[in-house]
Amino acid sequence: MTIQTMVTLLCEGFLTTLAIFMLTLVGSLPLGLLVYFGKKSRFAPLRWVVNVYISIMRGTPLILQLMVVYFGPNLLFGLTPPSNWRFLAVIVGFIINYAAYFAEIYRGGIESIPVGQYEAAEVLGYTKSQTFVKIILPQMVKRVMPSVTNEVITLVKDTSLAYVIGVVEMFTRAKQIAVAPDSPGMLAFVVAGVIYYVFNFIVTVIMDQVEKKLSYYQ
Amino acid sequence: MSVLTMKNVKKSFGDVEVLRDISLTVEHGQVLAIIGPSGSGKSTLLRCATLLTEMTDGSLYYLDQPAAESRDGKALYAGKEQLKKLRSVFGLVFQNFNLFPHYSVLKNLTDAQISVLGRSKDQAEEKAHALLKKMGLDDKADAYPFQLSGGQQQRVAIARALAMDPQILFFDEPTSALDPELTGEVLKIIRELAHEDMTMVIVTHEMAFARDVAEHVVFMDGGVIVEQGPPEQVFGNPQQARTRQFLQRYSQA
Repeated sequence: MTIQTMVTLLCEGFLTTLAIFMLTLVGSLPLGLLVYFGKKSRFAPLRWVVNVYISIMRGTPLILQLMVVYFGPNLLFGLTPPSNWRFLAVIVGFIINYAAYFAEIYRGGIESIPVGQYEAAEVLGYTKSQTFVKIILPQMVKRVMPSVTNEVITLVKDTSLAYVIGVVEMFTRAKQIAVAPDSPGMLAFVVAGVIYYVFNFIVTVIMDQVEKKLSYYQ
Repeated sequence: MSVLTMKNVKKSFGDVEVLRDISLTVEHGQVLAIIGPSGSGKSTLLRCATLLTEMTDGSLYYLDQPAAESRDGKALYAGKEQLKKLRSVFGLVFQNFNLFPHYSVLKNLTDAQISVLGRSKDQAEEKAHALLKKMGLDDKADAYPFQLSGGQQQRVAIARALAMDPQILFFDEPTSALDPELTGEVLKIIRELAHEDMTMVIVTHEMAFARDVAEHVVFMDGGVIVEQGPPEQVFGNPQQARTRQFLQRYSQA
């Protein structure tokens, strides 16, 4: 196998990695906010359910969660999942896992906002939802950026866990290349590692830019 | 018709009685100063008046309309709509300003006008610019709160409250977070408002200012009004020993 073939194969795998990464963020960033609302709900059973959910998501390995999502519908309920379930299961697994972490990050951000902000808004006559959307949420976003960046960087690397249910992203590809008959051996893992690193480098630069954009106020 | 009427207000936090049967009225154009030692319940009284804290018992009226009335030893609050309406009667200036840090000075002044009062953007901005001018801050419209001194921030906070056209403005120790120099510029603004017959209730530790600007002074201690009257009387010839003791300590300091 030539180096060029290997790199091409890895790049193909990277497209899947990128898809998992993007879809997970698109799903989990907003879902995290809903989970936060659930945790703060006045309806006690909902709070209880959300707390159990967060506790399981944070308390068990993501790799195990991916397996449960993938095999669960069939093994537990006898359902026949759709043909593209392998990929969907990865996306679902990642989204529900990351949403739990984001919910806790949002909670930290929201609870760090001084109570005076709520009181000022209340006296001015803002409704509760106006107060949240206009006053609290924008300040929360700024406060949580460093923690969110941390999660996003972790996610880049976590996408490799998709190998456990056979989704052919970059890491799965690297493993396949490494055991091929005319394999360049460990080199595939080294190149994959470099691509992960470069990707994360770009992610960091972008997140720094976002933080800079938000630094117009203190 | 009084702007504000509070009758037999009581407030307890658990077993701790912070307000014990306080009554007061504020008429149109009146400036009322509330003085007293820390922990006397001044701020709690203001928070009850501005609906930030619920009274345990007592009645609260704005323009003779009830925000809460005493029923069977408990304060029974009016419905959401009524409270929303009455909230528009008053404004509050906080000790710590509580400006919105992510909004420019201009937006701090316009946003509530637009999203609460339903004014147009042009209308709101016109009003905001006029108020900033009055506060001597017309060059700060595009600044963000963190770029301003404490005194400037407090003046913006006063402008933000005034932008909503309140009929009564409350001040909760408006200069306690400021050094003496900055205190002066904020007191000057409040004094100007007094000359324009703005109805105001001011909780303050600035005795000279209270004596100077208020028409009526209330001295509170231990959750009750110990003494009240015109400033000449409360400061010049206090009737109660507790008032004399408190004022003495101030003149010594």
